Amino acid sequence: MSKTKDIRSSLTGTVWKIDASVGDSVSEDDPVVTLESMKMEIPVGAPLDGVITEILVTENDLVEEGQVIARMSV
Amino acid sequence: MYKTILIANRGAVAARVMRTAKRMGREVGVVHSPADADLPYVGQAAFRAEAPGNRASESYLDQDFIIAAAKRFGADAIHPGYGFLSENPGFAQKCAEAGVAFIGPSPDVIRAMGEKTEARRKMAAAGLPMVPSSGALPDSDEAVLKAGDELGYPVLVKPANGGGGIGMQPALSSRELLAAVARARSVASRAFADAEVYLERLVERPRHIEFQIAVDRFGKARHFFERDCSVQRRHQKVIEEAGAPAVPRAELDAMGERAAAAVAALGYSTIGTVEMLYHPDIGFSFLEMNTRLQVEHGVTEEVTGTDLVEIQIRLAEGEAMDAVAPRPKLTGHSVQARIYAEDPKTFLPSPGAIADFDMPEGEGIRVDTGFAAGTTITPFYDPMIAKVIATGTDRPEAIAKLSAALRQTRISGPKTNIPLLLHILQDADFVSGRVHTGLISGLSPIS
Repeated sequence: MSKTKDIRSSLTGTVWKIDASVGDSVSEDDPVVTLESMKMEIPVGAPLDGVITEILVTENDLVEEGQVIARMSV
Repeated sequence: MYKTILIANRGAVAARVMRTAKRMGREVGVVHSPADADLPYVGQAAFRAEAPGNRASESYLDQDFIIAAAKRFGADAIHPGYGFLSENPGFAQKCAEAGVAFIGPSPDVIRAMGEKTEARRKMAAAGLPMVPSSGALPDSDEAVLKAGDELGYPVLVKPANGGGGIGMQPALSSRELLAAVARARSVASRAFADAEVYLERLVERPRHIEFQIAVDRFGKARHFFERDCSVQRRHQKVIEEAGAPAVPRAELDAMGERAAAAVAALGYSTIGTVEMLYHPDIGFSFLEMNTRLQVEHGVTEEVTGTDLVEIQIRLAEGEAMDAVAPRPKLTGHSVQARIYAEDPKTFLPSPGAIADFDMPEGEGIRVDTGFAAGTTITPFYDPMIAKVIATGTDRPEAIAKLSAALRQTRISGPKTNIPLLLHILQDADFVSGRVHTGLISGLSPIS
């Protein structure tokens, strides 16, 4: 049976682009969202293999470190 | 004379330019983003214009907003600081069209120096040394090998009409050359539809040494000695010093004179910096020219007793070099550390609200910053929090003062790179002056 896994922002920044869509099958470390902080682009990767079930942010959103930005079933 | 100056920048450089412009008796205004509204220098401005958004494109890069603010406040001139619009020829042009002086060079010079191949061509013509290179390589293997031997190894095979590092192949000896040329030709013909390649001497463990130049509008040029900015991470400077260690003074001064003459030959009339690579076996070679105030200008000011912002403003107003800046003397040694809001181990950005902000004080210690306790390092701009500059009678004294100053520094909230800075300042190669651009990547991990 599948479990839900939170995907959290690794730092404070803004959402630069959304790399995955709901329903996508992703492998561990595949980029889900790319954040921008202090002129650097920082990809947030999938923590495990699985399927994206929710994307909770949109482009240009400000996110805090540790904030849940997407969910996946694993 | 510019009675009113608008600063089109933020943070440390906005505070720095404001300090000098106010001392000169000028009225100073700023533009700022909503996120920067609480920074101390914004509150100290005679007038301020808040941008519609926080992103750089909605604030410090919004040319129309900035020019409208300048006109609204009746500013005579715009100081662009560094970064953002400071090297944007289109912005300099728009300022001219709006009847506001741009404190910097003409749009043509900015454009010529911003285009790297054009800048190299112009500076070679003006007499600056370039990294030794071959002409376009002929087809025959024998001729290619001959070109390699003539240049000396190691070499870099580079597409003649490429860019962005694409297709570049190193060859450490003649045994590797033909294969490297074949690979480079193959990538070049696919990427640039042109298989022509040439050889450039590969400068291993280079140093980055730059010369501070000023030229007045009558063509009189001076150099203000050099800065060594070799200690970098991913092309971001971390430690800078004036002067450069372990290079004979006569060699440095001779190159400073050549750099000043080359810049004057461009028809340039403001301050600027000629960046060069240096290797003891190869000497100096031109890297690029920055047509603005540098982040690391403070170390030059400390060892020459000058105010480069004042020199920049007065040269822009048309004053002559001898009135603005007599020939400088080099006294002592100055080292700057850039404090960044980043994790010292992972190098990830670390924005956040600053709770404690206890900056060092003392003789020979200078801190340039735009922040204070209670302000916030936001994720919208670059991660620099402050520059700590320590000056002593010689390099060991300056390094010791800087280490002590950084140990006194207390910043809570964002993580900072202070542990990395202290680690560098204790590194045996750094202490002995054996600096090079790979120094940080070769350090042992911070425990």
